Amino acid sequence: MSESRLQGSKCEITLAVNGQRATVRVHAMERLLDVLRHELGLTGTKEGCGEGECGSCSVLMDGVLVNSCLIPVLQAKGADIVTIEGLSSDRQLAKLQQAFLDCGGAQCGICTPGMILAVHHLLRRRPQPTLEEIREGLSGNLCRCTGYMQIFDAVMQAAQRGAAT
Amino acid sequence: MKAHPADYELVVPGTLSAVLSLLAREPGAWLPIAGGTDLMVQYSAGNLSARNLVSIWNLPDLRRIEVFPGEIHIGAGCTYTDLRENEIVSREFGLLSTMASWTGGIANQNRGTLGGNIVNASPAADSLPALMVYETELILVSMRGERRIPYGGFHVDYRKTRLQPDELIRAVCLPRRFSSYHAHARKVGARHAQAIAKVCLAALGRLSDGVIEDIRLAMGSVAPVPLRLADTERAVRGKRIDPPLVDLARKTAAMEIRPIDDIRSTARYRAAVAGNLVAEFLEQLRAAGTKT
Repeated sequence: MSESRLQGSKCEITLAVNGQRATVRVHAMERLLDVLRHELGLTGTKEGCGEGECGSCSVLMDGVLVNSCLIPVLQAKGADIVTIEGLSSDRQLAKLQQAFLDCGGAQCGICTPGMILAVHHLLRRRPQPTLEEIREGLSGNLCRCTGYMQIFDAVMQAAQRGAAT
Repeated sequence: MKAHPADYELVVPGTLSAVLSLLAREPGAWLPIAGGTDLMVQYSAGNLSARNLVSIWNLPDLRRIEVFPGEIHIGAGCTYTDLRENEIVSREFGLLSTMASWTGGIANQNRGTLGGNIVNASPAADSLPALMVYETELILVSMRGERRIPYGGFHVDYRKTRLQPDELIRAVCLPRRFSSYHAHARKVGARHAQAIAKVCLAALGRLSDGVIEDIRLAMGSVAPVPLRLADTERAVRGKRIDPPLVDLARKTAAMEIRPIDDIRSTARYRAAVAGNLVAEFLEQLRAAGTKT
């Protein structure tokens, strides 16, 4: 069987991260989170709980919101990954990021990258979400600083400014 | 993270038949992993005893919903998001889509699979009581062939199932005959999303001339396995809903469950809530009956 290897050996995995091809030599059960941070230096993706409860490590995998702490990197082989670093372009913050700044939707910042990815995912499916849809869309992202209200305001603002487009 | 990736092996055969042939060659040696929402948590905590994993994530044969005149077959690899986005599931199996919406947050719903939830066999899983009341059957597949078994007897004890080491769940079969029933789901927990239930109920019922013609009740987090409340159903079937019957149902349900004290709640609280949830459903059913 071609996939069979000795335990402990590394494998070569190619994936697209923020539009660029990246090839890494890693163990198959390495978490996508650790590969992004340690192998690719993309430290915008944060580790919070490490068990899929807090959403700090959220990224998009093939356009779908996932917790990167729960993805064995081999399952991401060939996938298209978008991290927080991929949302801004030419040193210009995305409308969504700007709305978080304007509304005070970030304090300590640990939840913010995951929060923004989750909102990005929500706005693509619901460009003008209701408060209920925002609450549900962010139900997997915990913030211990803001009390969420400024975050919900930021999402409303971003939607009004056409962040989904 | 407490685990060392170098201690583990993961392979991605890519097709259902390649996975099944690996499982047949070395039964029990490979642990199937789908979206990882349970296994990766155990792995990171250093609690995953299996060292060899085989990926079944996104296998096309497991990721489709097939519609037949009498039933639908949900591929075991369908995610909670797949369930929530399917029109027939939301229209005819509302309990399942509601309970899917309570499972984790969006990111976990995008990765957690129905088959994974069944095999993980947590007595607290939100969607399993819904499968219980819909008279679900499972199609299990291995290199030896397929077999179809009632879901009702699949969980034999705490985290023990009838699945053989060389088998996978291929599909979850739901009969399309409950859309006229009054359906009710209720989860009691710290919050809906990202919280494990203290008690949850899935219930279906139908009245005929004010009498309970049929009723199906199942609960999570109240026993070592997701539990069908057969005694309670028997106690009320064929009866008219009045305060003494509601009281009887409340008491029967509280007697029938086998709750424990744990970090989320106590056995005493769970018994009281379980009785109340059944009572609440009967009141609803009666109200729905008087409207029509």
